[in-house]
Amino acid sequence: MIKLENLTKAFETPAGTVVAADRITMEVADGEICVLLGPSGCGKTTTLKMINRLIEPTSGKIFINGKDTDRYDPVELRRTIGYVIQQIGLFPNMTVEENICVVPKLLGWDLAKARTRASELLATINLDPALFLKRYPKELSGGQQQRVGVARALAADPPVLLMDEPFGAIDPINREVIQDEFLKMHHRLRKTVMFVSHDIDEAVKMADKVAIFRAGKLEQFDSPDNILAHPGNSFIADFVGSDRTLKRLRLVRVGDVLQASSLRVSGDDQVEHTVALMNEHGQEFMVIVDTEGRPRGYVDVDIVRDRSGAVGEHCAPLPATVRLDEDLRAAVSTMFMHDIRWLACVDRNGVFVGCVTQRGITRLLGETYRAPDAVPH
Amino acid sequence: METLKFILDNLPAIGQRTIEHISIVGVAVSLAVITGVPIGIAITQNKRAADIVLYTAAMIMTIPSIALFGVMIPVLSLIGQGIGYLPAVIAVLLYSQLPIIRNTYTAISNVDPALREAARGMGMSALERLRQVEIPLAVPVIMAGVRIAVVINIGITAIATYIGAGGLGAFISRGISQTDPRQLITGALAVSLLAIAADYLLLWAQHQLTPKGIRHARFRVRRVVEGKLAA
Repeated sequence: MIKLENLTKAFETPAGTVVAADRITMEVADGEICVLLGPSGCGKTTTLKMINRLIEPTSGKIFINGKDTDRYDPVELRRTIGYVIQQIGLFPNMTVEENICVVPKLLGWDLAKARTRASELLATINLDPALFLKRYPKELSGGQQQRVGVARALAADPPVLLMDEPFGAIDPINREVIQDEFLKMHHRLRKTVMFVSHDIDEAVKMADKVAIFRAGKLEQFDSPDNILAHPGNSFIADFVGSDRTLKRLRLVRVGDVLQASSLRVSGDDQVEHTVALMNEHGQEFMVIVDTEGRPRGYVDVDIVRDRSGAVGEHCAPLPATVRLDEDLRAAVSTMFMHDIRWLACVDRNGVFVGCVTQRGITRLLGETYRAPDAVPH
Repeated sequence: METLKFILDNLPAIGQRTIEHISIVGVAVSLAVITGVPIGIAITQNKRAADIVLYTAAMIMTIPSIALFGVMIPVLSLIGQGIGYLPAVIAVLLYSQLPIIRNTYTAISNVDPALREAARGMGMSALERLRQVEIPLAVPVIMAGVRIAVVINIGITAIATYIGAGGLGAFISRGISQTDPRQLITGALAVSLLAIAADYLLLWAQHQLTPKGIRHARFRVRRVVEGKLAA
């Protein structure tokens, strides 16, 4: 847990006092990723660097797991906090292994233990220890270097990780990959992470909590969904972008809007039965499943009009299906691509579980907007 | 031809003089490394101190060696060492300061700020940063300074013969006073060869001392080419 209380940093400059961070108060729970977001010069990096005392606060308190960090020597403190920077900063005179072992060695671990740890960590970041331990940083690609940078920060298993635009210098394709890997690793390790970014998309993707900064002040501190749905003021609304509703698609899984129903027919069912079911539930289509419950195709009112017999004979193929754990952005994108208004969802085994419809999605996104306005005047 | 004969006839003497020469330069430059590198590191902490130290070292460099020897005679006479080995070593020590201090200062202050921040952020103290990161990365540039100091001072030491410090300069001074081109050429040739040999030796040492991760690419290129030929 990281708790900041009235954290303030004022710099004296020839032009007068500049307040880089103004009474920042926030709390990040254990195992959460908090993204500090804002335009350059807004105080997000200053705030981050005050946590490991690379910048000494002018006033205010920082608590890590309930302990006041003022009581520790800054050098000792930093050894217990993972730190990743945009420029990566791997030491070019050391091998990958030596780089990862830096903090364990500073903490006085014995060499064998530190080495075992380095090799475990390399494996978790998908770099083969046999190939990479003895390499030098210049022999790695940018993406590999940043993976090692993250591994190095995690070497001594610190409870807290500070990341200063860690993926900012990596090309967009690799960035997505590394973000996904990092999230996967995070779900396993559950560190408390403070993450500076200026990219709203990255924040939406990574964060449990987003803190939006402007001119040294914390403007809003909330879940990504709330920030996108209810930006606190016009600055935040502008910053998160006019397409913020579309960005929310990323935060919702298909499973959350699924119209879970047992509504389905098998190929042997009669058309009349199918039509009756569709009428009963006010649905214009029906998914046909095979004996294992996998979607085989569908029929809709236009196809079965004036037809009879087994519904399987009129079965039309499904242009696409979507998995439960995919986000809505992928689902909507698939719908747009095939010009369709609903999608059949399948679970991990390919078994049909229900449908998502465009109407269901727009209703969900709309609900959060209607709610506050629903209060009658 | 006469010169060659002279050289062959006087090999032991030339060897003796060369050892004297090397002992002056070697001792003095070693002392200069011991003093200059810490000074160069220390002044990275303060711009004003750096300016003063580098300016002073540059001024020392402009003093003609003959004049410096002259100045030291009355001073060192107080301890009975007005001429000979000691003033020669002191002169070389002083002349070595500029290249060594300046290269150390430049190398340390040019260490990528990102590395320094990473090191600080990971919890290295200032000394740990120096020892584990900054000095290893500065080694090639510091060693380049040492090479410059050695080469310059092999030349300067040739003049130290005038204050009785011996060395290869003895052949040159005697060659001039006796109008004997054989001795003159022998001395000059030996000084040049010594400078070239020392430079190569130190280049090799520089390469060995440079951490593998930042070694110059050309050595690797050669390995790759060899590998290809072998394949």
